[in-house]
Amino acid sequence: MALQSLDIQARSATTTPMPGVRGTLDVAKLIDISKCIGCKACQVACMQWNDLHGEIGHNLGSYQNPQDLNDTTWTLMRFFEVEPEPNRLEWLIRKDGCMHCADPGCLASCPAPGAIVQYSNGIVDFHQENCIGCGYCITGCPFDIPRLSKTDEKVYKCTLCSDRVSVGLEPACVKTCPTGAITFGSKTDMIDHAEERVTDLKERGFAHAGLYDPAGVGGTHVMYVLQHADQPELYGLPRDPAISPLVEIWKGVTKPLAIATMALVGFASLFHYVTKGPNAVSKEIEKEEEEA
Amino acid sequence: MRRDPRDLIRYTAGQRANHWIVGISFILLGMSGLALFHPAFYPFSLLFGGGTWTRILHPIFGVIMGLAFILMVIRFTKHNLMRRVDWQWIGRVGEMVNGIDEGMPAQGKYNGGQKLMFWLLLLCMLLLIPTGIILWRAYFDFPVELVRWAAVIHSATAVVMICLIFVHVYAAIWVTGTVRAMWYGTVTRAWAKQHHRTWFEEVTRR
Repeated sequence: MALQSLDIQARSATTTPMPGVRGTLDVAKLIDISKCIGCKACQVACMQWNDLHGEIGHNLGSYQNPQDLNDTTWTLMRFFEVEPEPNRLEWLIRKDGCMHCADPGCLASCPAPGAIVQYSNGIVDFHQENCIGCGYCITGCPFDIPRLSKTDEKVYKCTLCSDRVSVGLEPACVKTCPTGAITFGSKTDMIDHAEERVTDLKERGFAHAGLYDPAGVGGTHVMYVLQHADQPELYGLPRDPAISPLVEIWKGVTKPLAIATMALVGFASLFHYVTKGPNAVSKEIEKEEEEA
Repeated sequence: MRRDPRDLIRYTAGQRANHWIVGISFILLGMSGLALFHPAFYPFSLLFGGGTWTRILHPIFGVIMGLAFILMVIRFTKHNLMRRVDWQWIGRVGEMVNGIDEGMPAQGKYNGGQKLMFWLLLLCMLLLIPTGIILWRAYFDFPVELVRWAAVIHSATAVVMICLIFVHVYAAIWVTGTVRAMWYGTVTRAWAKQHHRTWFEEVTRR
């Protein structure tokens, strides 16, 4: 996908600014878990739009199928049977997929220039033609989303239908959702909409309803309305996701420090030679040995 | 071919070949590794046939270097055991660096600095090999937190090792008459007497 199709905000393994004069709207997808019926139409629409044909799996006693995200499953309905309070069973169903972080750990970790881009509308997209298959994005992701394909050794994940969004359409999952649990629009509109939903849920007895838009990754362009926002773990979501400090060290301070250290040692050697000259065998010893 | 019958043999052909396998694979590893580490070095990936080939080849170079390095450790450990005189030499390394080596304690086959280099490089390899395996996504899938630790340790250790090798190579160039020992195995008697007097006395006594 070429750079002109959408405006670029950040590009992997690139240290200079991207063309960013044109301003575009921050977009977001809002997933209202309280409205989701677990029909998996979004999962099917995603496969259909993106021409993904996964292997037929096995029923392991849950509606969740396949068991995990993979290279051909970019979104997955996860089913959780939980008791938020004792003796109150709830069946929580979450549509899992890329969160499109404002501060994407995958992009920070990627060593291949242009394999991961962040459009100025907030979508984080993988460009497989630049991907080298190292899997560093998996190491960088706080949500365990990218999947390395065994078929072609490239990584895949939800694109937020960047191809559809670039021509003014909503993502395929949004288009297909029969209950309106998934909505798409500007990020501010989605936050406003979420607030209305949260107020409504609170009136209906979900005292801890709230919006999941984690600040640790700068907010996300896929957000959830959770009935139990105080317990994101119930839905398999991390409480305070952030890029791991280890990844920050690896991709942050180590890089300039490494270049500085290597340059220092290299130049110190050169200038040592220039100032001290070679350490040659003394004429005296040479003479001794010649005469011996 | 005996160029000068009075020259002293420092390395056998097998030892030299072993060293060069390690050396060449180190250079390939360093360049491909830097390409994967910092965008400034990404152009190095062109030398290996592009980014994907760099990613495929780097760990294979690593296996080659790892095996050759183990062989070298087996060959050279006995010559690199630290003795008191080595610590004395290291304590006075400032004089050496300053170019005044007259007062340095007499050294065996290797001086204290070389021995320390040996052990530091071994330590680097002991950190690089397991972390490298953890990062090898094509064949292994370790828990992500472990991979994160491995990434930090692998890259930091690699930088330390590159710096150590800079010092190693520079020292060989700086001390005139040294590099030939790794090309064709011999050094002059005068060279040995000046830099490794104890070793010189051992090998000439026979």
